[in-house]
Amino acid sequence: MLCQNCGKRPATTFLKKTINGQTTEAHLCAECAAKQGVGSMFGGFDLGSFWGSLFAEPDVRTAADTVRCEGCGHSFREIAESGKAGCPECYTTFYDRLLPSIQRIHGKTRHTGKAPSNGGEEVKKENEIERLRRELADCIAQQQYEKCAQLRDRIQELEKESGDKAE
Amino acid sequence: MDERTNQNNPKKWYQQSGAEGDVVISTRVRLARNLSGTPFPAGLTAERKREVAEKVRGALKASGNAGDYDYLEMGNMTARDALSMVERHLVSPEFAQCEEGSALLLKKDESVSIMINEEDHIRLQVMRPGLDLDEAYREADELDTALDQTLHFAFDDRLGYLTQCPTNLGTGMRASIMLHLPALEERGAIQQLAGTVSKLGLTIRGLYGEGSKPEGAIYQLSNQVTLGISERSAIENLKGIANQIIREERAGRELLRRNPRFEDTVWRSLGLLRTARLLSHDEFMALISNLRVGVAMGIIPDVGMDVLSGLISDAQPATIMAAARRDMEPGERDAERAKMVRERLAG
Ligand SMILES: [Zn+2]
Ligand SMILES: [Zn+2]
Repeated sequence: MLCQNCGKRPATTFLKKTINGQTTEAHLCAECAAKQGVGSMFGGFDLGSFWGSLFAEPDVRTAADTVRCEGCGHSFREIAESGKAGCPECYTTFYDRLLPSIQRIHGKTRHTGKAPSNGGEEVKKENEIERLRRELADCIAQQQYEKCAQLRDRIQELEKESGDKAE
Repeated sequence: MDERTNQNNPKKWYQQSGAEGDVVISTRVRLARNLSGTPFPAGLTAERKREVAEKVRGALKASGNAGDYDYLEMGNMTARDALSMVERHLVSPEFAQCEEGSALLLKKDESVSIMINEEDHIRLQVMRPGLDLDEAYREADELDTALDQTLHFAFDDRLGYLTQCPTNLGTGMRASIMLHLPALEERGAIQQLAGTVSKLGLTIRGLYGEGSKPEGAIYQLSNQVTLGISERSAIENLKGIANQIIREERAGRELLRRNPRFEDTVWRSLGLLRTARLLSHDEFMALISNLRVGVAMGIIPDVGMDVLSGLISDAQPATIMAAARRDMEPGERDAERAKMVRERLAG
């Protein structure tokens, strides 16, 4: 295959780098690779250890590694070393051990936003509360007090449901 | 593939100019989705990858949209054609290397692509000319909802949409804006900008080449954080920062205008592009960048921004070869590039 940078010479170097946590990969020819400072800036850049440090807590890496994901058979160590989950179920199986890294990547650990039709009931409820709050703000601005009261009741109802479920 | 390389009428999104087109070249919104109960593509055999591809294709059919799309198996595609799609931003560089079992659903106008079995089972992306985040997201969201009717997407109440790489967890959404920033680059402001946006959960990087000074002063601004921030908020955030960058770039251009060398450089660039018989990729990108800012500022009167957008896509190395349907030596390609540029910029 041709170099992805110049498109002229055959690609001989596989370059993978991470900017702000976003990984990009490129197949480059020797010249373009040199131009990009492979061997200096990325010299000794060991992917495995990078991802390993991204994912694993030191104590976890040395701990016994017997649990395997039922969905794909991966152990936590395998995920930590590759930096990649084997299947969606890995996130349930190793949730507690993955969470610190997820927190480090995103600064947050709880999803907000869209949910699929087949799940995410909690998320959908939160989205609905959000929507009703916006509607309530509009109502207040337009002084439609009767509708405001109804909206407040509905919001409280939903909040109570979520609260009951959350513990 | 012949359809793919026929870059004639009607104009594709990457051959057009849109809102805030003086600074913003294009907008892209990408969503990562996976099928629940199925290992990520890296852990699938070619056979099982094909099953995933068939499911996705079936879901698109069920949604009634399949007629607008072409189905392309990556195993049957030449490297030249695959790389040309990377150059036109239709697929990721990673996807261009995917072979057996990976497939692409590409909307006939090339404004939507669904990569099947890249890193995730599904990477769907919507592209628009200029700054058009709301419309790009609306379309991506609609397509996602349509596929969701048939496919069972992997989702966790706490972590959102589940993806192979934890950097995409949550919304799985990456929204990007392609920016032309010659004035900010000239001022040496990009590094500082990169530091600032990274604190705001965004990232900016050169699009062509990864050096400190990317070819053509073209940069990509994207949201970085996908967990704990809704699609809507991430897009508002990105839009806000983009508008600030656009203002800064425009102010920088007005400073450039005061320097008589600047106008000279713009006109000389047009002169070279209109007359050169050989244009290397690097030289072409430098000259077209100068010309683009000159056109945007009204210094060059009768060249359309859409012509420049088209050239930036069509004069990339693999795209030149894909259009000719054969591989070329660099020298031959440089001649072909110069010819294309001369014809399209003929005064
Ligand atoms: Zn190269
Ligand atoms: Zn698993």
